[in-house]
Amino acid sequence: MSEKSTGKPDPGTTGHNWDGIEELNNPLPRWWLWTFYATIFWGVIYTLLFPAWPLVSGATSGMLNWSTRGDVAAEIAAADALQAPRLEALAGTDLAALGGDPELESFALHAGGALFRNNCSTCHGSGAAGARGYPNLLDDDWLWGGSIEEIAISIRHGIRNEEDPDARFSQMPAYGEMLSKAEIAAVADHVWRLSRNMPAKAQGKTLFADNCAACHGEDATGNRDEGAPDLTDAIWLYGGTLEEIAHTVTRGPFGVMPAWGERLGEAQVRALAAYVHQLGGGEESPPAN
Amino acid sequence: MTASPPTSALYAPREPIFPRRVTGRFRRLKWQIMAVTLGIYYLTPWLRWDRGAGRPDQAVLVDLAHRRFYFFGIEVWSHEFYFVAGLLVMAGLGLFLFTSALGRVWCGYGCPQTVWTDLFLAVERWLEGDRNARMRLHHAPWGLRKWSLRLGKWAIWILISVGTGGAWIFYFADAPSLARDLVTLQAAPVAWITIAILTATTFVFGGFMREQVCIYMCPWPRIQAAMMDEDTLTVAYRDWRGEPRGKGLRRRAAAAAATDAPSATDPGDTITRAAGPRIGGRSPVIPMLVRGTAPATPEAFSPPPAGRVPGDCIDCNACVNVCPMGIDIRDGQQMACITCALCIDACDEVMERTGLQRGLIDYIALSDAPSERAGLAPRSLRRHLLRPRNFVYMLIWGGIGLALLAALVMRPELEMTVHPVRNPTFVTLSDGAVRNTYDIRLRNKAGETRRLALSLDPAAALALEVEGAPTASVEVGPDSQRQLRLYLTAPAGSAAAAAAITHVTLDVTDTTSGETAHVATIFNGREYR
Repeated sequence: MSEKSTGKPDPGTTGHNWDGIEELNNPLPRWWLWTFYATIFWGVIYTLLFPAWPLVSGATSGMLNWSTRGDVAAEIAAADALQAPRLEALAGTDLAALGGDPELESFALHAGGALFRNNCSTCHGSGAAGARGYPNLLDDDWLWGGSIEEIAISIRHGIRNEEDPDARFSQMPAYGEMLSKAEIAAVADHVWRLSRNMPAKAQGKTLFADNCAACHGEDATGNRDEGAPDLTDAIWLYGGTLEEIAHTVTRGPFGVMPAWGERLGEAQVRALAAYVHQLGGGEESPPAN
Repeated sequence: MTASPPTSALYAPREPIFPRRVTGRFRRLKWQIMAVTLGIYYLTPWLRWDRGAGRPDQAVLVDLAHRRFYFFGIEVWSHEFYFVAGLLVMAGLGLFLFTSALGRVWCGYGCPQTVWTDLFLAVERWLEGDRNARMRLHHAPWGLRKWSLRLGKWAIWILISVGTGGAWIFYFADAPSLARDLVTLQAAPVAWITIAILTATTFVFGGFMREQVCIYMCPWPRIQAAMMDEDTLTVAYRDWRGEPRGKGLRRRAAAAAATDAPSATDPGDTITRAAGPRIGGRSPVIPMLVRGTAPATPEAFSPPPAGRVPGDCIDCNACVNVCPMGIDIRDGQQMACITCALCIDACDEVMERTGLQRGLIDYIALSDAPSERAGLAPRSLRRHLLRPRNFVYMLIWGGIGLALLAALVMRPELEMTVHPVRNPTFVTLSDGAVRNTYDIRLRNKAGETRRLALSLDPAAALALEVEGAPTASVEVGPDSQRQLRLYLTAPAGSAAAAAAITHVTLDVTDTTSGETAHVATIFNGREYR
């Protein structure tokens, strides 16, 4: 009849009825059913191909032998292969002339940044601002030298460590056993005044000349060969108040940094040196002889 | 309402649909829209636009590798994605506007599923003939003729599909060189994969899934139902004019019956057509026989109620035969209807031949139905379209458009972003000075290299240095950006060194053109111990 012109049978309703709104009971399309079966089939195939079924210890490894660990290992290997020629170039480059090769410099700075965050930030801080006893690498004050080559040496061999015979070494005595408390207080007062351009007092000046000037210099501006800090500037590795200075003099600091040359490799050390050098306090390299 | 027993099958195969060819004004409009939209889609990547040396000369290009979107004279960088977001919001609102005003016009005229299905149907009709020929072929056994027709049709469909996927990738790379790479089989794998996927979807969706995509896969019909109201123009059947329908013999009998039918028959008992539109493919219930009367002729039919002449619908099924969705518009509004208006064309043709007024099936607003039923004139088209809801959509749409346009026009060619480094917030230097570090990003959108000078406002007592550069003036290449590390240093004992926060403004100036950009930022000092 004309009312059935589309030829579709009346699907009827599901019997659900909400305020006169009925739910038709139209059949699902058959392709939908096939798609549903196909997904189930694919699901089974997938569990056979990839790690899936839990066993007593571990799970099936799948026929493709794929694993996330394997993925990561492959990615690391690919990255290493990509970096290898650049690391080689970096290991053989004159550090002072690194700026002449912008691409290699960019590589060094990015690699150095990553290495710094992984290896150095524990002590020096992720922003390289240091902490008490751990030098701030952003400022313009350097204990052992701030040229890119000197920085590389500090990183390669470390400071006051026992593992590397070429480590930078010096030791400030603990004056608590050599000077009286009053004398230490006088020296501390002298040092405190030095950095503030205040007139020196006689006792402190004499004590300083006798005990400290050998390393820190007559004018107290320090000596980088000994890693002896400049005492006249505004930067204090172990604190700049009178009490802190007295404490440092009494105990004698002995800051240690590991040697990184063996652990990281030459190219990595150079990348780190380049990174640290451009943090804001890097100094010009001395002219080559 | 009683529950009907679940007698029908849970799953049903797709019923093949063989839409008949139709001519008319809406069909003509659809051909035109198809030509324009497909023309734009296929040809746009080949338009050239000169942007100077070293820059792409493709008018419309999505350069994913370099994070650039080129649209003729406009170049959008990735940080300006709000332009794209704004256009997407406008597209959404435009869709709301059109749906609110004209119902599912997007579905009927603009949707790629409709356009490509239409194109595939045209190929099918050209090769296999019109509706009846195709039905015969469908039921014919698989012989040489059927195989050759089917394979020929599929081959053309695949060619169109490859062209569809192929055109898509040209938007993402320089079209001529990519075309050369494709011909010489040197294109990137992603190009081949994209073509393969789009070819497969076009072939399957346009050739085989067709109306199933609209009915079962697309969420849009459900959303649109919420955006239409009684003033929305939509394709509908004037049942008050067409019913009771009937073919020639039946019409004559019905006309005769109308003159001498027993007046005792209660119309309310015979006509139980639902007052409102029905959703879904379910036919409205019309009893075949009037209670207490025998069939007037050997073939069973329903005579019209007393006092009513037969309607204009001659039940020729033209509207059903041309429908690409396989539905009967006379069942009322239904979810499967994409309002392609082909049934209007088909019915108008029949109405013209039978000498009746056109528009038995037409674009009608549901709010006009009662007045038309009562024999009154419907409200004018303009009153349907110009209603507050559409105005609100237009206002928002236009507002966003104007805002985007203003942002586009006022967009500078020189930009700077400044991020103060907060780890640490400041550094004390050996002479007691306090230094702050800033990560600066300079963007030069001009086509040539520019020398840019950084300065501070107020120049004050802060010294400005750029890491790795002897002066505070740097070069930035054409159409590129440069990152710098900037130091501001307050001398020991200065006000900025002692204050916790000093507000400063960084200026960047093009040393040639004088174009500038400013960014306000802060300088962190400390109490000197």
